[in-house]
Amino acid sequence: MGRVVLVTGVGRYLGARTAARLASEPGVERVIAVDIVPSPYPLGDAEFLRADIRSPVISKVLASDEIDTVVHMNVLATPTAVGGRSPQKEINVLGTMQLLGACQRAPALKSLVVKSSTTIYGASSRDPALFTEDMAPKAPPRSGYAKDSVEVEGYVRGFGRRRPDVAVTTLRFANFIGPNVRTPFTEYFTLPAMPTVMGFDARLQFIHEDDGLEAVRRATVLDRGGTYNVAGDGVLALSQAVRRAGGVAAPLPAFTAGPVGSLFRRARLADFSPEQVRFLTFGRAVDTSRAREDLGFVPRYTTEQAFDEFIRVRRPNLDASHEFVASLEQTLVSTVTRGRVHVSR
Amino acid sequence: MSHADVVPIGARGKPGRGSGTRRTPSSASRSLVGDKPTLTPVDDPPAEKEPTAQDPAAKKPAATEPTVTEPTAKKPPKPGPKKPSPKQPTATPKPEPSAEQPEPDAPDFELPSSVSELLALLGDTAYSVLGPDADKAVAEVLGFARRRLTGDYDIDSFGLDSDLTESLILPLLRPLYDKWFRVEIKGAENIPTEGGALIVANHSGTIAVDAVMTAFAVHDETPNNRILRMLGADFVFSLPFIGEMSRKTGSTLACAEDGHRLLTSGELVGVWPEGFKGIGKPYKERYRLQRFGRGGYVSSAITAGVPIIPTAIVGAEEIYPIIGDLPLVARLLGSPYFPVTPLFPWLGPLGMIPLPSKWIIEFGEPIPTDEMGADDADDPMVVFNLGDQVREAIQHNLYTLLQERRSVFF
Repeated sequence: MGRVVLVTGVGRYLGARTAARLASEPGVERVIAVDIVPSPYPLGDAEFLRADIRSPVISKVLASDEIDTVVHMNVLATPTAVGGRSPQKEINVLGTMQLLGACQRAPALKSLVVKSSTTIYGASSRDPALFTEDMAPKAPPRSGYAKDSVEVEGYVRGFGRRRPDVAVTTLRFANFIGPNVRTPFTEYFTLPAMPTVMGFDARLQFIHEDDGLEAVRRATVLDRGGTYNVAGDGVLALSQAVRRAGGVAAPLPAFTAGPVGSLFRRARLADFSPEQVRFLTFGRAVDTSRAREDLGFVPRYTTEQAFDEFIRVRRPNLDASHEFVASLEQTLVSTVTRGRVHVSR
Repeated sequence: MSHADVVPIGARGKPGRGSGTRRTPSSASRSLVGDKPTLTPVDDPPAEKEPTAQDPAAKKPAATEPTVTEPTAKKPPKPGPKKPSPKQPTATPKPEPSAEQPEPDAPDFELPSSVSELLALLGDTAYSVLGPDADKAVAEVLGFARRRLTGDYDIDSFGLDSDLTESLILPLLRPLYDKWFRVEIKGAENIPTEGGALIVANHSGTIAVDAVMTAFAVHDETPNNRILRMLGADFVFSLPFIGEMSRKTGSTLACAEDGHRLLTSGELVGVWPEGFKGIGKPYKERYRLQRFGRGGYVSSAITAGVPIIPTAIVGAEEIYPIIGDLPLVARLLGSPYFPVTPLFPWLGPLGMIPLPSKWIIEFGEPIPTDEMGADDADDPMVVFNLGDQVREAIQHNLYTLLQERRSVFF
């Protein structure tokens, strides 16, 4: 008999794709896709079940359906998608608590996979260049999605202690990026002028949405348990990403970044929580060798390629402008040197 | 439930920049926003400005740039040196009737004849004065400009931007190194050309100019132009601009994790274990080594099994002689000290010009650690002993160099 998997948060893009992907997996018999709203995305062979993970209904679902695997994707990064910060926190923290409570009473449960984020490492000037899974944050996040993730991981660890028979896998994702996924950062990089913090250039890491799904799939199928950083190889500097996105950086002095950030948030242009401002100041990068060694997960896209892929789709005419700059270079060089030097591209 | 629609400010709902009333994109936006290059007639004036402004600048580095490594081979423009990205090179065939067929030599668009004639004349002048170096310099400067404009370069996970460091920062530092401090190098053969090693040096000079000059020396003296990966205090990385530049030029936080990661991946790492105690000490204590921290650098070297190269830097003490400290001002600014030198803060920004002392940097005999075991890294006695050995080697070399030096400034 194959496995029966419950996927939460299928009303969102990543959750929906996870459900569809797992449903087509050979070893998986059924996928039950749960959310409070019908998913606007195709779910494939997964069965949609309208339920709120914050209600006791979920407990009944878990008990009755002989579910052996729960994939918890309902930890949301974007407050604007659910109508603000307090619903976001309620869904993330209380939803996880309820879900874990139900899981604890589900005798058939063997495996739990939770989507977390590298934001739990915080961002500060005292950070090491790369965080491994065992490192503690130097400046623990105090608000927003990052704090939610910290709390979610705390509850998940507690659950792991109470149910040692369940393999608990926590995947700490870098910022998702790609043609379809929408996060505060994808919105940021489509702004015409991107506010940055003057005098700082954050190191960024991205994970392509397809790679992220593959990581979830592997973690679910392999059932290894453990905590893994998931990010594309390499890093991009924020200034570099801005230029690649064809945008203009609008550097703001550090002391104004907070107020301007909340202004942007209120205008719904982009989400700039204090955590994100810190991230845009100091950046963060993680070591992904554990996922590579234990899960055999090698991202297909590097950070740079994932970003370029996102830009290619979201800003389609940028290629032409980069091409234009390149041909300008070529013309100038061959004019000045009378063709003695050719630009090799 | 719907996503917030992003309407760019002032765009009147149209995608892109500007008020929407402009027919042609502004010169600033043209290079940034994708537009079909149908701009041939409209485009010329700004294209004219750019090169003329750039060209004199383009000639200058030809005089200073020492080695031109980039081969400018004749290649068709299609397969780029860009990273293998999944995107297709879509823009190559342009369906514009006015645009010329893109060939290896002939670019996509033409400059007006007067402009190109002027440019070519300038190029000829440079060529007749400097020879083929001028051409290479032009190509390099324009290539650098293009890479910076389009973000087409790599940084490593520590934030090192080799393109920026080697194409811009190090050439800019050369006059300071060659002409101002007249840095003399001894024991360059002690810098390994391959594999990890830890350069440990004395720290002085109020601001970390000694670290910058050491990094320059390492790049200059190694045949393969190695970049010194410096470990800096966290305070450095909390400073705007300075923190950013430090990371881009190869520094990272002085912590066991980063040091270990760099050394085990075969990088050349530089540490200044005296830290602020050394750099901010009063002038009367010059060339007297301060306490060498807790010896974390020794453990890192032992764990990675890399040699330690004790390095003595003479001359940095005199660039900003500290004759006083204003702790109250320092506390207000959140800095470890606020120096008073004979020129600073009295002369304001002028007081920030370093005194032109004569520098000598000596890279000492490497102290091997590869025969020690991993347990030794955790043995405080071993660590302290090796630390003392390194410290004494540096102090000894300092005294020798000071005796050799004729005067502070010559």
